[in-house]
Amino acid sequence: MAVTGGSDLSSEMEVDAFRRLFPLRFHERHLLESIRPDGRSLGKARDTTIALGAVTSANGSALTKIGCTTMLAAVKLEVMTPTQESPDEGCIAVDFHMPPICSPAVRPGRPSEVAPVVAKQLSDVILSSGMINLKDLSLVSGKAAWMAYLDIYCLDADGSLFDAALLSAVAAFSHLQIPVVSLSDEGRIVLVPEGNGGGKFEKEPVNKEKRKLKLCTLPFSLTCALHKNYILADPTSEEESIMETQLTVVLDSSGLLVSLNKPGGSVFAHTSVIQDCVALARQRLKEVKLILNEAISDMDVD
Amino acid sequence: MEEKRGDGRNANQLRPLACTRGILNRSHGSASWIQGETKVLAAVYGPKAGTKKNENPEKACIEVIWKPKTGQTGKPERECEMILKKTLQSICLLTVHPNTTTSIIIQVVQDDGALLPCAINAACAALVDAGIPLKHLAVAICCCLSESGRVLLDPNKLEEQSMKGFVYLVFPNSVLSALPEGSSQLGGPPVQHGIITSVTHGRMSVDDYLLCVERGRAATEKLSVFLRRSLQTQIPGDNSKAGS
Repeated sequence: MAVTGGSDLSSEMEVDAFRRLFPLRFHERHLLESIRPDGRSLGKARDTTIALGAVTSANGSALTKIGCTTMLAAVKLEVMTPTQESPDEGCIAVDFHMPPICSPAVRPGRPSEVAPVVAKQLSDVILSSGMINLKDLSLVSGKAAWMAYLDIYCLDADGSLFDAALLSAVAAFSHLQIPVVSLSDEGRIVLVPEGNGGGKFEKEPVNKEKRKLKLCTLPFSLTCALHKNYILADPTSEEESIMETQLTVVLDSSGLLVSLNKPGGSVFAHTSVIQDCVALARQRLKEVKLILNEAISDMDVD
Repeated sequence: MEEKRGDGRNANQLRPLACTRGILNRSHGSASWIQGETKVLAAVYGPKAGTKKNENPEKACIEVIWKPKTGQTGKPERECEMILKKTLQSICLLTVHPNTTTSIIIQVVQDDGALLPCAINAACAALVDAGIPLKHLAVAICCCLSESGRVLLDPNKLEEQSMKGFVYLVFPNSVLSALPEGSSQLGGPPVQHGIITSVTHGRMSVDDYLLCVERGRAATEKLSVFLRRSLQTQIPGDNSKAGS
């Protein structure tokens, strides 16, 4: 009934009521005009902001927003003994949290279904993109290396969670400052207190200065929602709930494909859809890189 | 002309396949799927009344439980559950049994590479065995990309770890339509050219990815024929499930 009488109903009904009762028709009428309910064109992502150093107790942190989706990422470094198999490599542990604050779908006491999946995908992407050379995290070969705990908290889940989480992770790592440590007489790693002018401290620091982690190629991602022949970049949670097909493209700054993830959804017949999504992701990569570089240079000025 | 792989196969050769249906007595449908040394057992229970919370009661709900060979269910298993669930959702006719839940339990018996595709194939066979209404079957394959840019199909664990990247792809199988020739063409290009699921690991160029898709698609023809044959052979003698 909605299909036949829908166009008439839409003129009789209030817009909000129509949106709630016939969400698919509401969106499809927008798509016909090549515009989305929030005023964006189909291929455009939402406004993105990055604030570095949001958590002072962490070694590196970032607060990112893509539209309303908000992620807080923090990296903490701890000294660990490297494994036998890789004596001169550090380690990265990624965790993604979705507290009940972020979305009505998450109930207190019951962990979200999506969170472990996003965490696994994030850790796969970060490790396989070669962004961080794990050898850079080594302190004393075979004896000590950095263990980087990356924790990402989703504060507001309004679609494209993976994109926002990856961006906050990349931003937190680019803000990371490695603390200065030295080797004590007992062979243990101790922190060199900050503001200590070399003379008082007799031990030579293991890592000479407060170092920045060298990041090679940065991965950036774009999620697209597919509906019929339309490709919607950076969908909101409302759009995600209506259009069941999602495709996430992760590209690194050299243009290589790090991940192309399409879990289920409808079957699309043309491989050109993939190429269109990759092209959108390329465009998005340039935008996000610019925003990140701006955030970093703002940080350096302060 | 081409160098052989570690186990003597050439690049496009799959490992020996085996599929047995109805191996579990209590489940509504079950299947084991073997690709070389990788073996997965799938059982289907349902449709049971009611859906889980946060699911649409106007459609059937699919629940996937992934049991690893040893140890507890962790993040990798959760990811597999999610991918499998979304994949099966897209091949099942969810509107036939609204407000029901169908559980698919996957037990990994042996993992020697290409585990997720193997599990998808097993789940698909088990769903057919349970008589759950499906739009079409799905066939899954793993393509591996070597440093030199060669595509190897259906890798074992050793190859999977040593390669620069791999891609899991799920395609719809070629439909044998009962409709007269040409009528199925109305909806645009044939459905079997599409991709249901794609998961990649490791860095590769976009062209390499598309090459994997092409080679994977060609190989699923064989898989598709095998799946259809193994589903057909058991039908004549399969009276036990007919009434239930």
